[in-house]
Amino acid sequence: MTSTVPMVRASGVAKSYGSHQVLTDISLEVASGEVLCIIGPSGSGKSTFLRCINHLEKVDGGRLEVDGHLVGYREKGGVLHEISAKDAASQRRDIGMVFQRFNLFPHLTVLENVIEAPRRVRKQPVAQAKERARALLDRVGLADKVDAYPGHLSGGQQQRVAIARALAMDPKLMLFDEPTSALDPELVGEVLDVMKALAADGMTMVVVTHEMGFAREVADRLVFMDQGFIVEQGDPREVLAAPKHDRLKSFLSKVL
Amino acid sequence: MSDMSRGPAAQSAPGHDPIKAVPLRHPWRNVIGVVLVIFLAAFVYDAAVNRTAYDWPAVGKYLFDRRISEAAFITLQLTVYSMIGAIVLGIVLAVMRLSPNPIFKSIAWVYIWIFRGTPVYVQLVFWGLLSTIYPTLDIGLPFLPPIAQLPTDQALNTFWIAVIGLALNEAAYMSEIVRAGILSVDKGQEEAATALGMNWALTMRRIVIPQAMRIIIPPTGNEVISMLKTTSLVTAVPFTLDLYTRSRDISAETFNPIPLLIVASLWYLATTSVLMVGQYYLEKRFARGIDRVTVKKGAKLPQGDAPTVTGLAGAKTGQNDGPKENR
Ligand SMILES: Nc1ncnc2c1ncn2[C@@H]1O[C@H](COP(=O)(O)OP(=O)(O)OP(=O)(O)O)[C@@H](O)[C@H]1O
Ligand SMILES: [Mg+2]
Repeated sequence: MTSTVPMVRASGVAKSYGSHQVLTDISLEVASGEVLCIIGPSGSGKSTFLRCINHLEKVDGGRLEVDGHLVGYREKGGVLHEISAKDAASQRRDIGMVFQRFNLFPHLTVLENVIEAPRRVRKQPVAQAKERARALLDRVGLADKVDAYPGHLSGGQQQRVAIARALAMDPKLMLFDEPTSALDPELVGEVLDVMKALAADGMTMVVVTHEMGFAREVADRLVFMDQGFIVEQGDPREVLAAPKHDRLKSFLSKVL
Repeated sequence: MSDMSRGPAAQSAPGHDPIKAVPLRHPWRNVIGVVLVIFLAAFVYDAAVNRTAYDWPAVGKYLFDRRISEAAFITLQLTVYSMIGAIVLGIVLAVMRLSPNPIFKSIAWVYIWIFRGTPVYVQLVFWGLLSTIYPTLDIGLPFLPPIAQLPTDQALNTFWIAVIGLALNEAAYMSEIVRAGILSVDKGQEEAATALGMNWALTMRRIVIPQAMRIIIPPTGNEVISMLKTTSLVTAVPFTLDLYTRSRDISAETFNPIPLLIVASLWYLATTSVLMVGQYYLEKRFARGIDRVTVKKGAKLPQGDAPTVTGLAGAKTGQNDGPKENR
């Protein structure tokens, strides 16, 4: 039953800041367990779309659903009502997000970073939250860093902590916004490895990235966005090997 | 996945002789230093021997006078209580001002406008007249008979009126300090917490304000010390047991004001010094985890040559893993 409902369904999603139309018409579906990669030039609205999915930004046109639930609104008798801040927070709980600049909490240790939301939001007992956090940190290869502060870790390690922190909330969907763009080249691999393992475990993922190798290898589908539109989408191997659109061709010639 | 490689040139190789060099001399520093010491010595000698108005024996006599030390303690209490009130209210006002709620925003704005825009002395006089303006404090709903009624001058003695007056005024300044601290915290922090499903209040309390403390504490230290001295205005309430008013009252009896001014100054200085020590420890407490630059993008491992924020960590050359400190 639930498997027929896509994890993310966007139809005609639009968003503007003032008079600046950032998303014009985004329609796509991400099935449960699927990995979707989004590529596109700077300013094309990739981050904005991700932020709409977990309601960090308000959609102002079209329809956006996560796991069958409208994001940010409730539908009553054909009329949309904005949901309360409390309901919005509980919608976000089930969606993990990983940022380009990690955004770890610098005043908390690695372990405290990971247990913060499970403890305060999910009200897990400390011991249970810690046990789970240690298991997750072990999974991302950082079992020996639990008591370190983020500032003492390399960028790659920080990003892996950020992934563990998001996973600690047991999300059903993970959003990655250029998770390796702030990393030195030799550290990109360790973060991508963690993401690959996550994809292999069946996590539903939407990944904005410039790592074409990762997209080709891991993504089930690739979306190319430009100026708020989806210009081309399909199987990543096909799209990357034989781009149809001129804009995608010129984009690929720059990044590859 | 071993990424713990150390920079090859982080430290000079062992076995090299340390550099022996003639240190740079600063002859003018020495000359100026000596001249200043001579002037100071002349001033102290003159003050001790020639200037009878200082009346040092009287300074010695009153320095540990019961009335003075009690007054110093009361001044400290006034300072501490009113600062606690001001900090709590200041945080509330700052959070209100930054909240998405327009009603909270305007309340905070109007409060700050009024309390920062009028002299604290005038405010203290007003609070002192509270029992004249409002002889009773009523609890209840507007336009209905009160549920409870209390005579104002019984509910609040002048000490607490002074504390409230000082705290309400100071809160307006504190709220701006707190607001600056909150605004200094990277937007990404609030975003990350929100994305984890934390609500706004929780995000403020657990994520933003603890990080803002680093920015908030130094100017707050300033405010505490400033408050210590502002307590000398509580005579406006009128409350007369604070250090300054008490020493003025004593000198009014003895017709010998100068030694008592010196005594009061020494006590103010001593109290300030104690408060500064407290500030030092608070700053250390809230620097936890932030003693190195962390916003640097990329993967440079923290090393001896990494820039440091406080300089405390500067000596730990080449340490690149593990926490340096435990809580
Ligand atoms: N809060 C905001 N207010 C106004 N304009 C914004 C805001 N956030 C983003 N924009 C604008 O929206 C456009 C799309 O931004 P977005 O961050 O989604 O692009 P992007 O595809 O993620 O680009 P990049 O690859 O540089 O991250 C940009 O032109 C940006 O200037
Ligand atoms: Mg972006």
